[in-house]
Amino acid sequence: MHQLTIAEIIRGLRSKEFSSTELTRHLLGRIQQLDGSYNSFISITEEKALAQAKAADQRLADGDAPVLCGVPIAHKDIICTSGVRTSCASKMLDNFIPPYDATLVENLNTAGTVTLGKTNMDEFAMGSSNESSYYGPVKNPWDTGYVPGGSSGGSAAAVAALLVPGATATDTGGSIRQPAALTNTTGLKPTYGRVSRFGVVAYASSLDQAGPIARNAEDAAHLLSAMASHDPKDSTSLDHPHTDFTAGLDNSVAGLKIGVPKEYFGEGLNPETASRVQDALKELEKLGAQLVDISLPHTELAIPAYYVIAPAEASANLSRFDGVRYGHRCEDPSDLRDLYMRSRGEGFGEEVQRRILVGTYALSAGYYDAYYNKAQQARRLVKQDFVQAFDKVDVIMGPTTPSPAFKLGAKSANPIAMYLEDIYTIATNLAGLPGMSIPCGLVNNMPVGLQITGNYLDEARMLNIAHQYQQVTDWHKASAV
Amino acid sequence: MAVDTQTVEKLAELARIAISKQTIEEVSNRLGDVLQLVDQLQAVNTDGIAPMAHPLDEIQVLRADKITESNNRKDFLELAPQTEDGLYLVPKVID
Repeated sequence: MHQLTIAEIIRGLRSKEFSSTELTRHLLGRIQQLDGSYNSFISITEEKALAQAKAADQRLADGDAPVLCGVPIAHKDIICTSGVRTSCASKMLDNFIPPYDATLVENLNTAGTVTLGKTNMDEFAMGSSNESSYYGPVKNPWDTGYVPGGSSGGSAAAVAALLVPGATATDTGGSIRQPAALTNTTGLKPTYGRVSRFGVVAYASSLDQAGPIARNAEDAAHLLSAMASHDPKDSTSLDHPHTDFTAGLDNSVAGLKIGVPKEYFGEGLNPETASRVQDALKELEKLGAQLVDISLPHTELAIPAYYVIAPAEASANLSRFDGVRYGHRCEDPSDLRDLYMRSRGEGFGEEVQRRILVGTYALSAGYYDAYYNKAQQARRLVKQDFVQAFDKVDVIMGPTTPSPAFKLGAKSANPIAMYLEDIYTIATNLAGLPGMSIPCGLVNNMPVGLQITGNYLDEARMLNIAHQYQQVTDWHKASAV
Repeated sequence: MAVDTQTVEKLAELARIAISKQTIEEVSNRLGDVLQLVDQLQAVNTDGIAPMAHPLDEIQVLRADKITESNNRKDFLELAPQTEDGLYLVPKVID
């Protein structure tokens, strides 16, 4: 039963092959039995899950069930769930139980999904290996000596290990796409503003966006259809009509123009990874797509601009953790300053502290123009590259990451090497564009991801292309377990 | 770009993060590495380029000035490490 995709679960529940309660019990049992090896969950919500499954079975029996009713999922632990600890994988929020649901959780609850638990991640979503979690690293189900990527490493690993058919995740610089690439899953970061950020603990507000990780494009389309909504509680949420992202999955991709940026195939790219991506592009050509050479000349500015903008926003966003209203508080503070200093010094891990300090530096008097303002200007140059490219092509494709998964600990001593892991994904966030990673092959039995970057609000087309690719290839069916 | 330990101490004070004497050297080196990375920005000409704060250049949405939230004081106070008489408790600020 754990091998079923969301689309298969939807059919199976309706044809009464199994109930949501049976499926939920089966997956909870699997998590109990196997997750010790992966550490992909921080919290397992067995009682709530069984109650939700029971209610879903009732709705299915009554015949008024929405599409996703009874489908088990998991939420990244940065997404607030009412009455369920939301830790952001930080000591700071180890005891934080939100009194409300994030809008995207509310949307999925309304859609009838069953929440099995909360998934592990890099602390406050800052990382690309899932090694900065307070609850220990997540292991890649393809080889537990390797990282699953990050920051949504728990969501990706749980889906790859067949513990759950789909999970929510967030992406600020690649945190959905990079772990999806490293675990052979399908991950989609929507257009900025497509999914409400209300109740998603903020890292870098102008870059953060939530999306699904699943086993194929069709399942990701189902999840995104339920997650996305205009939300008056998030002033950056886009006012767009509700979209059924599964509607166009069967469209032909003949005539599609795929931009292939030369900057994404240069130095630093593993030749084997490049070759898998080239194979995928050839496969799409066979389906009638046309490859167009393009250039995104400001690509190299993306990482430096990101490491000013994201830390600057983080330093402001994370100032809310003060040891007064919620979260960790130090023992016996001598005065208010001591309370702030020690609560934050003890509550935040090394990488989070580093990014807050970098952001503080970039925003401090005398450096604002040289760093923050300059980075915001560079950000516009990065965006303009994409705007110009989309005059000529429908989508842009390349590798999601420079190489397959690396060994646990291989980059943890060198933050800069870790930052470069997101070299192909970060520009998408700076521009606010939708990005996706789909499985496109293996190198030494470790997965490779093909990145699809779409124009603004063009997720339906990206999912359509991914689905069509997945009809003629079976890389997404290759299993870690 | 190197960052001296005094700068780190000042940043830690501004950010209200206690950093131990033992790790300050290490933190300085790491910050220096990050700043060296972001200093690549200085090489690019950005004259006349408007800074970009929002990916879609959206304008701030306004809403009607109406009460939409109920009073959740009890729920919120329950999350706090220390409270008294319905208020957050902190060390004495004024004598």
